[in-house]
Amino acid sequence: MAIAKTDIGPPDFRQMLPPVITKNYGSWKYHENLKPGVLKHVAESGDAIYTVRVAGSRLVSIDFIRDIADIADKYCGGHLRFTSRHNIEFLVSDAAMVEPLIDELKQKGYLIGGTNNAISNVVHTQGWVHCHSAATDASGIVKSVMDELVPYFTSESLPAKLRISLACCLNMCGAVHCSDLAIVGIHRKPPKVDHERLGKMCEIPTVIASCPTAAIRPNPKEKSVTINEDRCMYCGNCFSVCPALPIADALNDGVAIFVGGKVSNARTAPMFSRLAIPYLPNTPPRWPEVVSAVKNIVEVYAKNAHKGERMGEWIERISWERFFELTGIPFTDKHIDDFTHATTTFRTTPTFKW
Amino acid sequence: MEESKTPLLDQLESGPWPSFVKEMKRAAKKSPMAKDALGQLELSYTEKRVHWKHGGIVGVRGYGGGVIGRYSDAPEQFPEVRDFHTMRVNQPSGWFYNTASLRTLCDIWEKYGSGLTNFHGSTGDVILLGTVTPNLQPAFDALSEAGFDLGGSGSALRTPSACVGPARCEYACIDTLDICNDFTQTFQNELHRPMWPYKFKIKVSGCPNDCVASIARSDMPIIGTWRDTLRIDQAEVKHYANSDLNIRGAVVAKCPTKALSYDATKMELSVQPEECIRCMHCINMMPKAIRPGVEKGATILIGGKAPIVKGAYLSWVLIPFIKMEPPYQELKDLLAKMWDWWDENGKTRERIGELIDRLGMGAFLKAVELKPVSQMVFRPRSNPYYFWSPDEIN
Repeated sequence: MAIAKTDIGPPDFRQMLPPVITKNYGSWKYHENLKPGVLKHVAESGDAIYTVRVAGSRLVSIDFIRDIADIADKYCGGHLRFTSRHNIEFLVSDAAMVEPLIDELKQKGYLIGGTNNAISNVVHTQGWVHCHSAATDASGIVKSVMDELVPYFTSESLPAKLRISLACCLNMCGAVHCSDLAIVGIHRKPPKVDHERLGKMCEIPTVIASCPTAAIRPNPKEKSVTINEDRCMYCGNCFSVCPALPIADALNDGVAIFVGGKVSNARTAPMFSRLAIPYLPNTPPRWPEVVSAVKNIVEVYAKNAHKGERMGEWIERISWERFFELTGIPFTDKHIDDFTHATTTFRTTPTFKW
Repeated sequence: MEESKTPLLDQLESGPWPSFVKEMKRAAKKSPMAKDALGQLELSYTEKRVHWKHGGIVGVRGYGGGVIGRYSDAPEQFPEVRDFHTMRVNQPSGWFYNTASLRTLCDIWEKYGSGLTNFHGSTGDVILLGTVTPNLQPAFDALSEAGFDLGGSGSALRTPSACVGPARCEYACIDTLDICNDFTQTFQNELHRPMWPYKFKIKVSGCPNDCVASIARSDMPIIGTWRDTLRIDQAEVKHYANSDLNIRGAVVAKCPTKALSYDATKMELSVQPEECIRCMHCINMMPKAIRPGVEKGATILIGGKAPIVKGAYLSWVLIPFIKMEPPYQELKDLLAKMWDWWDENGKTRERIGELIDRLGMGAFLKAVELKPVSQMVFRPRSNPYYFWSPDEIN
């Protein structure tokens, strides 16, 4: 084979579009949500395209990709796409093909849904499957949580859309910090310093600079560094720049849950997710504590929020003190911020709820 | 019957949600690498800890990124994943595929890799999960031959991504797919050869619904918007009025600036154009009756990122409105200025938002030659500690 050409960039998306999209590109007029997971977009020309959205597990084999390619060949003229949340979307140009496609998908066990006021696919990271800094697994928790929450994927019964995401460490790959409900892998012990390897493997100034709380000092005697353990909040950033500072700890690593974030600008500006539960243990393979905590929050939200309210909008209306009361989640010292933007979260008025 | 070697993971094969364990087992039937990856994952489930070592420096000729080095810390037990590197493949804009190109990717990964993939990774690339060092160059050669290229990694421009945009969404105010593709092609060098203090991400959303989470997940979000007024189709308003939608409660009352009013007897909706902030709520609720205006462009923001190192930021408004027409030169020139300033002043692993926070938005605006406008802030400062330059005083 010839030496590869470099810098050719990705294939042009225009080669990938179904003819009805090429024809009506930029001329869509409106859409309808025919049923959960099924959308109809109508163009100014009167042409329509149907989308059938199904859940994917993100970590898939090439044979899975070939399976969905076979389905797309049969019903979609060989066209499909993926969403930013790793859903698969079958793009159907022929209205008569929509119901047969749905039938085949159902018969093969695919889940159709994820549109409108549903829980869409969960954005998540690699976890123990393929990351070196993971404090928990990603795919296993997502599978366990979504096995319980499937009815919220296949229906549109929630007050508003609900976006769940999971990051397996504090690097938070994947909009976890702005999700309605975020599951985050956390460490709870400072890294151990491997003096022997550190001097050889790592640049000491880089290691020192990597610490957001200035907890790392040079240790000239060992040609290494010393960690002020009282200042360490276990972010793992030093480990990211230096392998000689392992932070994973099977006994203490686990999961935190944050709630109330959003990225859409509809009604209210985007918001960060806020800490709800500081720690739940790692209990593979099915993380029952995490599953029941997530389910509880989703159910309390579903029962109490007004129609149209995202998780964060609901909590801001009823107040966080009421959120903790309704969910039965204890409020602890961990919930009061002591990091960089801390003071912006302290209450500056004597008006609050009991 | 042979006893299962993965009793913990086996429990994740049941249940209605798609099972990644089934997928790993499918790949393991054909690939010894995938088999050992599954075995090592079972070990992680048993011991509750990760078994991958820190990445090493591996790659393909001519590139400084695009491959994530990964090594097992238990290579004696799982020799097939001693090295198990990831290749990031730049997705087509909007994640659109024809099945022929998907099958090509599958065939290449069957030949050179583990047969495991992510469709897609968090940044947007196709992730080809796991292969040995000697296979990296041949896999890349085959990808290139098939018209694919690697995405970004390390302290480089990361693979840009875009929402579905004008391909299938009536809300799209800009051509997200073309912008994403054009910027990706223009900045191939920045994408493939890490040379900055840290990563830089660009994401393109067609409207303020921001379906690619650009405001939270990218250093420079490009978000479609419009300058003129909403277009309202009163005939369609009447159809909604006769449906089960509560126009007054679910639409008008939820308008954040009270810019909408509804006459229930005439079944007519009206907007005070100067009060509308283009949040998309009413359009989302009544897509057949309400549409964005016709003078379309984008709002450019800067600085968004996840918490590492100094805390998370949502991006800040930089240019309230800019027309987005190919070749997008004005924005590309601005990017060059921003990258220069960041490269000059940024510390290692300092994102541009953190640098702006450290040196001041004022200094940044001066460096990139943008005028301050009131749309950049929620509210002005409350302290009296501001700078005067020598030419402003006597």
